[in-house]
Amino acid sequence: MKPAPFDYVAPVSIAQACSALADGGGGATVLAGGQTLIPLLNLRMSQPFIIVDLNKIAELQGIARTDHGTRIGPMTRQCEVIASETLAHELPVLVEAVRHIGHHQTRNRGTVGGSIALGEPAAELPATAVALDATIEARSIRGTRNIPAGDFYLGPYANALEADELVTGITFPSWPKGHTILFREVAQRPGDFALLGLVGALSVEGGKIARAGLAWFGMGPTPIRARGAEEALLGRSPDAIDLQTVAVRAVADTAPFDDHHASAEYRRTVGRRIFARTLRESLSAGELV
Amino acid sequence: MSKHHIEMTINGRRHTSDVEARVSLSDFLRGDAGYTGVHVGCEHGVCGACTVIVDGKAVRSCLMLAVQADGAEVTTAEGLAAPDGALHPVQQVLLDEQALQCGFCTPGVVMTLAALTSDGQKPSEAQLLSALSGHICRCTGYQGIRRAARKLAGAQPAAKT
Repeated sequence: MKPAPFDYVAPVSIAQACSALADGGGGATVLAGGQTLIPLLNLRMSQPFIIVDLNKIAELQGIARTDHGTRIGPMTRQCEVIASETLAHELPVLVEAVRHIGHHQTRNRGTVGGSIALGEPAAELPATAVALDATIEARSIRGTRNIPAGDFYLGPYANALEADELVTGITFPSWPKGHTILFREVAQRPGDFALLGLVGALSVEGGKIARAGLAWFGMGPTPIRARGAEEALLGRSPDAIDLQTVAVRAVADTAPFDDHHASAEYRRTVGRRIFARTLRESLSAGELV
Repeated sequence: MSKHHIEMTINGRRHTSDVEARVSLSDFLRGDAGYTGVHVGCEHGVCGACTVIVDGKAVRSCLMLAVQADGAEVTTAEGLAAPDGALHPVQQVLLDEQALQCGFCTPGVVMTLAALTSDGQKPSEAQLLSALSGHICRCTGYQGIRRAARKLAGAQPAAKT
């Protein structure tokens, strides 16, 4: 099918984009990489009056280290994340997560901010943002505010942005050098939507787990932080962890659903197993560093 | 409904037109510009048949608006062979390895492999196979395409069975 008619503007600054969204009065839709929006337009599941294309706004692109961590411009392409030396050092788990998004050809257009803002429950980036306590900066003609990723997701494809707000930056706090990363995704084929997955990081200080950030994707209406598992891990020595107990606590925080790909029970069972296996592999890999 | 004046380079030739904002790059390349080597399959980014090279990168042309390619350099399958008809190395290796049957998915496969091996890049076999996961082929069972990818990566192709 072909999209219904719409108007199109391509602002070159954040200020212009915010004005266009304010003028759109809720009938405007933002176009980032287009790898989700354009299929929805083609299928006429989305019929906006006006599209505000962000692809010409240079100030929305790029990866930079800041005092608070690493700031990623929302229009940074997913392929740029994979190629980034800064991110390979600072946030290796983010790079690993992005490798699992779609395919090479869609990562060449797809953006970090697009995936973060969309809030697909089975997507890798929203869960990564939640696990790592990222902060999402939103701007409108009314001003700028920062939203913790943990407060950003309200439901499937529903986020805390107002209709006139635009994501203008995503900041990930830094993790100590040599931290341990966890990533595992279960999908029927490479590039398919994940049935479920786990993402996060751990750091060990003085022989004890000092920091933990873990979240699930595909295990509920939004990314779900595995708080119970984090509590069970903090302050423990990595060799004194009962993997099965922690895995049970990790799954206890989830709210998986039945769909035609997998049942909720399947997701819980596989979730428990991949949690235990991923944690064991990450902790033993960490000892080698 | 807005109309836009756009100008892009397609296979080395300048092309200007006025398009409605809703026209996809794939429909523009086929209909307006006449490059029917761009095959339109699913129109929602799953099948990979419409893959073209935009500013050096393989992308789904059904997931870009034509207006977004204003100022871009676009290469389609028609732009690969030499003027004397000599096939591009990717086309030749796909032919040699019998990597096509009906040919519907082939232009997309060709463009992904051409983008990844352009400008002297030396992708690994794993990188090429991973990129091929973005293409659906309903005829070949993929083995010929995989052999071609192995050959492009500099590996000896496995024996044909």
